[in-house]
Amino acid sequence: MSTETVAARPLVDAAKIKAWLPKYGVYAAIVLLVVYNIFFTPYFATWSNLRIQLIQVAPIVIVALGMALVIGTEGIDLSVGSVMALAAAFIPLYLGYGVVAAILVALLAGVAVGLINGILVARVGLQPIVATLALFVGGRGLAVVISEGKLVDIRNQDFLYLGAGDLLGIPVLVWIAALLVLVVGFVVRRTVFGRRLLAIGGNRPAAELAGLPVKRVLITVYVVCAVLASIAGLLSVARIQSSDASSVGLLIELSAITAVVVGGTPLTGGKVRVLGTVAGALLMQLVIATMIKHNLQPSTTEMVQAVIILIAVYVARERKTR
Amino acid sequence: MALLEVNDVSKIFPGVRALDQVSFTLQPGEVHALVGENGAGKSTLIKVLTGVYQPDGGELSYRDAPAQFGTPMDAQQAGISTIYQEVNLVPLMSVAQNLFLGREPRTGLGLIDRKRMDREAREILTGYGVTTDVRRQLGTLALGAQQMVALARAVMVDAKVVIMDEPTSSLEPREVQTLFGVIRDLHARGIGIVYVSHRLDELYQICDTVTILRDGKLVHTGKLADLERIKLVSLMLGRDMAEVRREGATAFSGAATGDTDAPPVLRVRKLNSRHKLHDVSFDVRPGEVVGLGGLLGAGRSETIKAIGGAYHLDSGDIQVDGKDLKKPTPVRAVEFGIAVQPEDRKAEGIVPGLSVRENIALAVLPRVSRFGFVSDSKVNEIVDRYIKRLRIKASSPDQAVGDLSGGNQQKVLLARLLATDPKVLLLDEPTRGIDVGAKAEVQSLIDELAAEGLGVVLVSSDAEELVEGSGRVVVLRDGVVVGTLTGDQVTTEDLMATIATEATREH
Repeated sequence: MSTETVAARPLVDAAKIKAWLPKYGVYAAIVLLVVYNIFFTPYFATWSNLRIQLIQVAPIVIVALGMALVIGTEGIDLSVGSVMALAAAFIPLYLGYGVVAAILVALLAGVAVGLINGILVARVGLQPIVATLALFVGGRGLAVVISEGKLVDIRNQDFLYLGAGDLLGIPVLVWIAALLVLVVGFVVRRTVFGRRLLAIGGNRPAAELAGLPVKRVLITVYVVCAVLASIAGLLSVARIQSSDASSVGLLIELSAITAVVVGGTPLTGGKVRVLGTVAGALLMQLVIATMIKHNLQPSTTEMVQAVIILIAVYVARERKTR
Repeated sequence: MALLEVNDVSKIFPGVRALDQVSFTLQPGEVHALVGENGAGKSTLIKVLTGVYQPDGGELSYRDAPAQFGTPMDAQQAGISTIYQEVNLVPLMSVAQNLFLGREPRTGLGLIDRKRMDREAREILTGYGVTTDVRRQLGTLALGAQQMVALARAVMVDAKVVIMDEPTSSLEPREVQTLFGVIRDLHARGIGIVYVSHRLDELYQICDTVTILRDGKLVHTGKLADLERIKLVSLMLGRDMAEVRREGATAFSGAATGDTDAPPVLRVRKLNSRHKLHDVSFDVRPGEVVGLGGLLGAGRSETIKAIGGAYHLDSGDIQVDGKDLKKPTPVRAVEFGIAVQPEDRKAEGIVPGLSVRENIALAVLPRVSRFGFVSDSKVNEIVDRYIKRLRIKASSPDQAVGDLSGGNQQKVLLARLLATDPKVLLLDEPTRGIDVGAKAEVQSLIDELAAEGLGVVLVSSDAEELVEGSGRVVVLRDGVVVGTLTGDQVTTEDLMATIATEATREH
């Protein structure tokens, strides 16, 4: 009896690590990277550096939140970058009517794109990757047309406060991102919508048979994702103090998907890890920052990112086959 | 000289003996029926014959020599072709291309000789009753014609053995006759045919011999003409006395007939769905358990799903408590008080990644929440009640349902249905794949629920379960109600006799 337990011990530990890694691996990686930087990177542990990192990561976090919800339903949304561009294009056009009006129009653009995506996926029955590919391509084109291809400087101080202002010593941008994280986390855990979303992602035929309004939930998910993207878009405009539809949010869909996957949300749906997604975004941001501070080429950075993504996916897969 | 022979073949999957020392012999020119209910081992045997599975014991011999098929390709090259229920050809390629896929006729330059290919395809297919333009995309053909193309292709590859898995399930009556013509032709050419079907009329029309499997074991093999229909059905469905003694009879206390004067809680009239259901009508009174009897593919699951709004209906009326359920969808069916337990628990029932709690509360979220926010205390109230009532064994309500045993998964699913306070409960194989203890518990639960006034529709391939659990049995065959057993008629003998009666319906 006793010999058996002794022999079994290392096996149990391996199993524990396997179960632990996909859940907490991201956090461990962040801690490792921070510790490394504190010792080896000059000027890393400074308030100004932390500020810059957080400001840079905020839009990615916001977009990734929506992406995590969509991925939770076994979908994907490629159009988020184009939604950001659309929001950016509308801001200078409507700032004349006031900050609130401009923001509302930007958000409405998000609602419209989300509705189209959602209807294509839920009602027409297109695969999410194809449905959102349409607006990934067309959305940015429309944004460039709306802005007439011009880069517009923004001088409205109230609006710029969103991107450059501070509240209690912390950038407004970061406050907004943090607030949205809390809201989305709450929605996933505590609302009817959140639970239905997970059930649909986990087993859609079962959700349908249980009488859930599957199509309505799916459409709502895509609308929420697009609205979050338009918030990220208008915040980006406020931060860079200019609107350029051809560059705002370029390739952000990939950063967002990376953050979600690295954060431990499976692409197979049925699970959404909100804090993991934030951590995923932070980790990728830290990796990039570390590389830059050590004067490594962007191409090297990209390869390191690729390795991290593969590790994250591999670890998740390990758990599934356990 | 046997063409294909397997001796004492076994195949074991984790926890299941899918094939238990089964022997099977196919002679040249023989049409051999392979029958059995779900889980009897038919598909496993076919997969062993075609190299998809490797047997765990026993031996295979092919044309009098020991054989081993490592891959489906090996079996195909040896001359064993399979035609599946779902046509597995390339829908976007032309008919001729599909027919010649992989062995296209070439021109002198080594290019594909399209003209010759089309001409030969036309000649070959005429023999199969397919006269369509062979340059058309295969996907645009009717399913029956596609199946003929698949069959032609299978025979063209110099097949010695053709295995047909429910080839007629999606065919029109006229196409069935063409298929039979082709089968007779193959028969004359000395090709051995394994024919899997649940349509007894077809079996008796076309097959020479029959092999019956049940629960992975061989229960009978011999000439089909010597076997009465009733005997065939009882061999397929019946359980041996030894088995009954070992497992005990079902836990049903008696036939739940309900109040015979009460108006029906569920009224189903003339349900029609192309190829599957034809004018299916029946009533369920409160407190009554109505069994749906019939063989696999008779339309039992389709009936249940159609009532639950999850299967397409061309026409038909459904009334719950006197109210018309027009254009049923799952959402509306649940609103009307219909709860459906699907046959395939894993694919359509549970959400494996979610907890026991979430699974039970899934269908009643609006009722346990305010302004869209779920109230944990209300959820726990419901969840605790059903965990206790159904004796669900989980380490905690937070345990993922996917980690539970089959019986407990089924109980979680039933708990979800009951939480919606249904008026009618539609159960499709509620005790399949669960252990004996859980089976008895589920059976007595069905009794209890009926006693509380629910209308229950029960589908079960276990004849005893069906007969002992139901107050009345509606028997389906090929999507048609062929009889209703009431009172003293609700016995396994009467059930089998009704299933076995010859179809008089004109196609």
